[in-house]
Amino acid sequence: MSTIEEAPAKHVGQAIRRKEDPRLITGRAKYIDDIVVHGLLHMAVVRSPEAHARIVSIDGSEALGMPGIKAVYTGEDMSDLLAPLPMAWAPPGVEVKTPERWPLARGTVNHVGDAVAMVIGENKHVVVDAAQAVRVEYEPLPVVVDVEEALKDEVLVHESLGTNKVHEWSMGGGDIEQAIADADVVVEQRIVNHRTSGAAIEPRGVIAEYRHGYLTVWSSTQVPHLLRLFYAVQMGIAEDHVRVIAPEVGGGFGGKLQVCAEETLCAWAAKQLAMPVKWIETRSEAMAVSHHGRDQVDYVRMAAKSDGTITAFHAKIIQDCGAYFGLLTPMIPELGAFVMTGCYAIANVQTDITGVLTNKYITDAIRGAGRPEMTHMLEVTIDLLAEKLGMDPLELRRKNFIAPEDFPYTTPYGVTYDSGNYAAALDRALEMLDLDAFRAEQAHLREQGIYRGVGFSTYTEICGLAPSRAVGPKGFGLGIGLYESALVRVHPTGTVTVFTGASPHGQGHETGFAQIVADRLGVDPADVEVIHGDTATGPMGLGTYGSRSLAIGGVAAAHAAEKLAEKCRQIVAFNLEADVSDIEVGSGKFQLVGDPDQGMTLGEVAGCAYIDASGMPEGMELGLEQTLIYDPTNFVFPFGTHICVVDVDPNTGKVEVVRWVAVDDCGPAINPMLIDGQVHGGVAHGIGQALYEQVVYDDRGQLVTGTFMDYALPTAAEIPSFELDRTETKSPSNSLGVKGIGEAGTIASTPAIVNAVIDALRHEGVTYIDMPLTSLRVWEALEEARGRGDGPSATEQGADLPPQGEGSAGSGPTTPEGGAA
Amino acid sequence: MTVNGQPVEAEVEPRLLLVHYLRDELGLTGTHVGCDTSNCGACTCHLDGESVKSCTVLTVQADGAEITTIEGMIGDDGELHPLQEGFWAEHGLQCGYCTPGMIMAAADLIARHGPGPISEEDVRKGLEGNLCRCTGYHNIVKAVQAAAEAMGKVAA
Repeated sequence: MSTIEEAPAKHVGQAIRRKEDPRLITGRAKYIDDIVVHGLLHMAVVRSPEAHARIVSIDGSEALGMPGIKAVYTGEDMSDLLAPLPMAWAPPGVEVKTPERWPLARGTVNHVGDAVAMVIGENKHVVVDAAQAVRVEYEPLPVVVDVEEALKDEVLVHESLGTNKVHEWSMGGGDIEQAIADADVVVEQRIVNHRTSGAAIEPRGVIAEYRHGYLTVWSSTQVPHLLRLFYAVQMGIAEDHVRVIAPEVGGGFGGKLQVCAEETLCAWAAKQLAMPVKWIETRSEAMAVSHHGRDQVDYVRMAAKSDGTITAFHAKIIQDCGAYFGLLTPMIPELGAFVMTGCYAIANVQTDITGVLTNKYITDAIRGAGRPEMTHMLEVTIDLLAEKLGMDPLELRRKNFIAPEDFPYTTPYGVTYDSGNYAAALDRALEMLDLDAFRAEQAHLREQGIYRGVGFSTYTEICGLAPSRAVGPKGFGLGIGLYESALVRVHPTGTVTVFTGASPHGQGHETGFAQIVADRLGVDPADVEVIHGDTATGPMGLGTYGSRSLAIGGVAAAHAAEKLAEKCRQIVAFNLEADVSDIEVGSGKFQLVGDPDQGMTLGEVAGCAYIDASGMPEGMELGLEQTLIYDPTNFVFPFGTHICVVDVDPNTGKVEVVRWVAVDDCGPAINPMLIDGQVHGGVAHGIGQALYEQVVYDDRGQLVTGTFMDYALPTAAEIPSFELDRTETKSPSNSLGVKGIGEAGTIASTPAIVNAVIDALRHEGVTYIDMPLTSLRVWEALEEARGRGDGPSATEQGADLPPQGEGSAGSGPTTPEGGAA
Repeated sequence: MTVNGQPVEAEVEPRLLLVHYLRDELGLTGTHVGCDTSNCGACTCHLDGESVKSCTVLTVQADGAEITTIEGMIGDDGELHPLQEGFWAEHGLQCGYCTPGMIMAAADLIARHGPGPISEEDVRKGLEGNLCRCTGYHNIVKAVQAAAEAMGKVAA
């Protein structure tokens, strides 16, 4: 591809205010629930109160007789669907047992909240009333909630599968057992990475309208194009007759990277009734049936030589999938496995993953998706190893860092890291922290009974999801390859519209992409409009998740703009009777090198392309627009150091985060303000998981954390101010040199918190505590370490809530009982 | 009652929540709904000058009251309220869903605070009733302090 040499970075790199904001701060934005379509009907879903039961009968007659009710449908009514809800991962050579999952249950319900019927009516109030009048008789079946219990196959979630163990996946590099046998020091730990909720403040929502064979769906989604593709498959509607629009989307965090049952229900009902149908999720529904994240039990072993050389790292991961699969459920741990060795050169590595069904809701991608879990187990285990070696945890990290000169670096798994300078990020973070001063302060505070601790996390991660061949059907096994599109259109007056296949929900694409394109076409970002989230406008796109938008979609926009700039230069050269190589992009125009008075604005160039063809070189195609699909050659690997300082109250176990220092490296900044914002939110998400948030089911499979009253999302009062800086190491994977940053904060943060709490309590003999580090858990760990504990007691959520939440609240390794090998 | 200075009159079902009246009857969709339990604060608006969570106020309770929503914060001349300006300048929002509620709660926080400086802790404690999942609150705090300063209150 011909590109202009180096676009002058006039707007790229600047902390430009967001173009999105004026509509958002004035209440003028249009989210899904703000959309009204003429003749709109509303849907409510009848959901199972049972975690596992056979459906004996469903009687909707009373509901149907209520004023304003148009229809009651059950799973049997929807037999014309051509496919169940999708799971899009079929790795070559790996058996994945996929339970069929229909939008309305057929025969059995398998988790609390499983949809059994839908009620359609004239307004949102009557359908809620009518849904309560639908009589469903259930015959309860045995329930299995704990993932390691489920592995025993004594209670089956789906009889038809014959087992709860739905997939096994192993990856090895080197010889793990030999390395462990040869090691001087080995540490083992059982680590529970508990179930969480994405908890976007805007719940999900859908409107579907079906007119004369054409389906239009508005959905609060991260993936409009994937939805369109799926509607075509599931409902047998030609893809060109389906339009999916993602309006303003109020946060996603992976929770809207899903093909949801309710989306199909609305579309199907709209077709049946020839009327538009709307569904807006309540928060209680969101807690129950917007997919959850994390939920793994991990058994790790790490081995080292006495000089601190880490020789082996082994993780057995037992993944709690829930009762079915979502779009990507079984592949989530695998995504983490690709960066299992983190920032370190570890020669022998092994990951063994077992996917298990339980009578809980599905888990799937939530901010970080597999990488936070992997980073957590790696960074927490390194601290355990450092203690056993009697070595400073930072010295241990430095000793094993992949050196800057070793990039590109290929891990034992064959993953090639693009670029990195881990020590530089750590050095900068330590400079900001002032570790010596911290240790002096820590000692001083301890004399006063205040337990202060510091924790480190030096991370790298894999993101920028693409390249298509690597992740697609014959590669990693996704049902569709990942790439991204851009269409850059210059209008006759010289303003620009960029259509991107990425589908943002708060990230700021309209600003960042405008900055990129503006510099390449010599215009102001104010004159560049970015359109997203509508399958009827731009080319095929893959959406926004996996920190992919900038590194894939942004680069697509850059390349498209560069191609257009090349055409512009030819047009200008023709009109100035100059050589193309003498035309450069200047400020506000394309101009002659050395004589910037001679030039043409983009509007003048567009005038030639659209209005007066006499200004066009002979044979050149009229018009000024460029469509481009960008498929990179590799992933990108952002990295950095996060440092957390906590105070722990030894009397109550209360943990308070008092400082957060982070140095992240995502390559050159397009808009540093947006990067900082992503890191702030990402870290807050990690603090939430580490200290407060947990989705809890009781042993009967009842959801205990069903609202924001019970699910502790952190508020402003629990989150510190952040001290951020960046280093800039270019990625050779793309021409902008950029890497993703949307998930980095969440990936990096949880181990920094756990390590900080352990640092605060180590002198009392506490060596490990599972998240979430609630006051009770920390207090119990302290009591046990002091020899006063009675062993692990019930979690604070209630004595009958053991399963995924109850980790080893004390210290020391345990061994798997469930036969996960 | 009046909504953003305009008199409105209606007969409503006793169970109709104020947020639904504002959104569904008046089309003022800047006030959002994010939970069922009055935790998230996305529905915050002003009732007689004080912030309320409009998901926990029955419309009939607002009989005769003066209601202000996010749509009413902008000046007659189209000038942004200092809080709107602050959130924009400080990148105090990402997806924007919590933002109207945050701004309405922050306006009440500043008004109630009196003339003294508003500290970071004041803002953090004062906004405990409003949840944001995107920003980590860091820039929201800065935005509120910047607005307080612009409104003549010295930030601490």
